[in-house]
Amino acid sequence: MHELPVEISVNGRGTEAVVEPRLTLADYLRERCGLTGTHLGCEHGACGACTVLLDGHAIRSCLMFAVQADGCEVTTVEGIASPDGELSPVQSALRECHGLQCGFCTPGFVMSITALLNENPHPSDDEIREGLSGNFCRCTGYQSIVNAVHRAAESARADAKSH
Amino acid sequence: MKAAAFAYHRPESVKEAVNLLDEFGDDAKILAGGQSLVPMLAMRLTHFENLIDISRIGELNGIDLCDGKIRLGAATPHAYVGMDDEIADSVPLLTLATPYIGHFQIRTRGTLGGAIAHADPAAEYAAVAVALDAEMDAVSSRGTRQIPAAEFFTGLWETALDPTEILTAVHFPVWGGRSGFAVEEFARRHGDFAIAGAAVGVELDDDDRVTRCGVGLLGLGSTPLRGSAAEEALLGRSASDIDADEVGDIAMRALDDIPADLQGSSAYRAKVGATMVARAVTSAITEARNA
Repeated sequence: MHELPVEISVNGRGTEAVVEPRLTLADYLRERCGLTGTHLGCEHGACGACTVLLDGHAIRSCLMFAVQADGCEVTTVEGIASPDGELSPVQSALRECHGLQCGFCTPGFVMSITALLNENPHPSDDEIREGLSGNFCRCTGYQSIVNAVHRAAESARADAKSH
Repeated sequence: MKAAAFAYHRPESVKEAVNLLDEFGDDAKILAGGQSLVPMLAMRLTHFENLIDISRIGELNGIDLCDGKIRLGAATPHAYVGMDDEIADSVPLLTLATPYIGHFQIRTRGTLGGAIAHADPAAEYAAVAVALDAEMDAVSSRGTRQIPAAEFFTGLWETALDPTEILTAVHFPVWGGRSGFAVEEFARRHGDFAIAGAAVGVELDDDDRVTRCGVGLLGLGSTPLRGSAAEEALLGRSASDIDADEVGDIAMRALDDIPADLQGSSAYRAKVGATMVARAVTSAITEARNA
């Protein structure tokens, strides 16, 4: 089928390619940009491993074709830590709370939690569980991840106070 | 799995989009938010030679309130519907239904028009449209026609839309007076397709009698359904005389095509459905009495 040019800003860097329309945004990120932190579990929108931010909002990158993201800004898990490698509050909290085991689902959780806390910096336990319901973890269980969201929210509050 | 190859078109106006539909006919499908279509393509449950992406057509956005109705552009994302104060004031059922749709990452992309045109029997907005007698704007190169919700959903994932038509907007009536609204649904896990659910609106007069009601049922047939039997049982009754459990049972007894699948048998769905109707009726009446 007819290939099309796309230009997508990924983690602040302009990328461009000529792609088949059926190429998902997830595959574009992994195969064309070499950013394999975005994981693919189910490839039909159920597992949440491929969650990225599109113009600041969390989406499933397996449920969007790269051609649809033409002209958009995408943030992947590679764009979450600061440029010097310092982990974001969400990433630090997941490490401190043992919110990951095999790590396969973690990039999706990092992106969903980042989006959740952007929109709601002080989520209740229920709001956290609702916010995480679209991401599957098959090994640690979810309690440590929920704890990490509380921890990340607290550290963001402490940061805000100290500045 | 990956979708089979297709050609991609991104028109910038409805006119351009309907011209493409005229050109490609059955070989084309409208791509809106893609949250149902893309997984179906990925699993190869369906295939189209041409996808027509309407997500960048500005005229499909927008919310207008006039003549006792609110007109929502078909491309309005679920996330926006769920957060908008004007919608919450005028059609609370939409606001109440939104958190049940998938997960927030799905609601970022999914659109109101897409959900209604996809016509899943468990679709929340579709049930709200049926409950409230919404009207759909269908546009083709021949012009615009309005399709009442009661005639819109014709079968499993099938609508009255012609292959050359696009759903461009949905008009929802705005209720006034002493009204109350509730949405209840049950799924095994949050965000799954509902096993059964109900969207209920009631309006009471000053003597607490039900003067208007709308009951939408989801997951209980091959389309979203109107709970007409439940509505008959409610209309004209005094709120204090209403036995919500009985209304739930009446709603289910009137259904003859309750689906059975791995999620549950027809009998189980009917039991869950009756409970959802009863809970929604109770909440809606309580809210209306306090209004």
